Amino acid sequence: MSFMPYVAPEQMMKDRSEYAHKGIARGRSVIGLEYVDGLLFIAENPSATLHKISEIYDRIAFAGVGKYSEFEELRISGIRLADMRGFSYGREDVKARDLANAYSQALSAIFTQQMKPYEVEVLVGEVDGEAAGTALYHVLFDGSVTDEHDFVAIGGHAEDLAETLKGRYQEGWELATAVKTAVEILGSPDSRTIAAESIEAGVLDRRRGQRRKFHRLEDGEVAQILGG
Amino acid sequence: MTEPAQGPLAVPAFGANPSFVDLLRRERPEHLQQIQGVVSAETAAQVPHGTTVLGVKYADGIIVAGDRRATAGYSIADDRMRKVFAADDYSAIAIAGVAGMAVEMVKLFQLELEHYEKITGDRLSLEGKANRLAELIRQNFPMAMQGLVVVPLFGGFDHRRGEGRIFHYDATGGRWEENDYQATGSGGAPAKNSLKKTWKPGLTRAEALRVTVEALLDASEDDVATGGPDPNRRIYPIALMVTADGAEEVPEDEVAAAVAAVIEERS
Repeated sequence: MSFMPYVAPEQMMKDRSEYAHKGIARGRSVIGLEYVDGLLFIAENPSATLHKISEIYDRIAFAGVGKYSEFEELRISGIRLADMRGFSYGREDVKARDLANAYSQALSAIFTQQMKPYEVEVLVGEVDGEAAGTALYHVLFDGSVTDEHDFVAIGGHAEDLAETLKGRYQEGWELATAVKTAVEILGSPDSRTIAAESIEAGVLDRRRGQRRKFHRLEDGEVAQILGG
Repeated sequence: MTEPAQGPLAVPAFGANPSFVDLLRRERPEHLQQIQGVVSAETAAQVPHGTTVLGVKYADGIIVAGDRRATAGYSIADDRMRKVFAADDYSAIAIAGVAGMAVEMVKLFQLELEHYEKITGDRLSLEGKANRLAELIRQNFPMAMQGLVVVPLFGGFDHRRGEGRIFHYDATGGRWEENDYQATGSGGAPAKNSLKKTWKPGLTRAEALRVTVEALLDASEDDVATGGPDPNRRIYPIALMVTADGAEEVPEDEVAAAVAAVIEERS
């Protein structure tokens, strides 16, 4: 029988928390913000195919930072939950709050019970149909969840970015203004200009005619916005 | 006896399964449960059936269309039934056979394609979509043996080949590709006979719509279960066109005009 030395619960949680923090701090950031027609998720991502931002359901989108394999697993579980629920009940019964709760439960269980916590933070965003309502949830590696308004930054430079955003954010931005400003802010912590090809952006656009409101901005669209 | 696979690559943990049907089977098998017991031929004939649907190739892609009638035995169960659906942005499905099961199958098929797209971030190839549908039909085979048959038509735009393609199926899940046109359901035979005379390669959009509504009109004249167009009550066939730009429903006014032109010519 193996012998486990005693570690105080406080110490154990502190160690795990530090470990997760370090992992997340190594990665790049994602900004989520409200613009006039919905929600914009935007990130620096050199890969054009390994996404941080993705569609979950008709009005719900996801963004993750930290370890790719871990937030990808969360993303897939989210899509499964949403599609199952939409099939069993109705499409309008799939809500971002339920997803945020599910992520919170899962991450909390992993944080306390597994050998190693997940080194991830995720955002779940939702736009309402006609009204200007949006929901934006931020779930941390330990399962704590916060309901955000207007804007949020997660990942490596989250604190710096949130500080800059606070100074510059204005309600009712057009998409172009939102993208331009967000790209500037993403490059601000180390004073860089990020090229359009390295920007990954997705919107939940409530004006979109289709049932599925998520739309991934192609490189060309981002380049056009940044150039114009 | 073989040992089950061990280690990190053991099935089923390897890779995310992008199939919604598999997920459903694993988590909520009761949703996929077949109707229990023996269904008598009489009962099978009394449940609502969707009747005639057809698919036509033309220069830019395909048209999939259907009449609006559902019958239950000798009664009309519904005169405004929708039998033609967009399966996703670039494909369409039309159903004939037992209406309740067919509509459920369409819902499942649409979700299967959407789920795949979201999980993998990529659309299935048209070939892949056609194969998935064959599997859904094959699962229904025990029901088909009891007379509850669902036989869809499927078509879409194949971007790799740069052309529209049409597939039809039999009750066992057999998948057959058509190079010109296909019709199925109770009025399938007269519709096909009509298309045999009117269809030619490289039809324009307007010509393709015309031969489509003409075939449905012919089917309604020869088959009691196929509903003809009814201008007084504004009941017209539903037609979906799929081209390289996507699937789009033909506006009712355009269908009505095409129907009026055919009737005009015949009177």
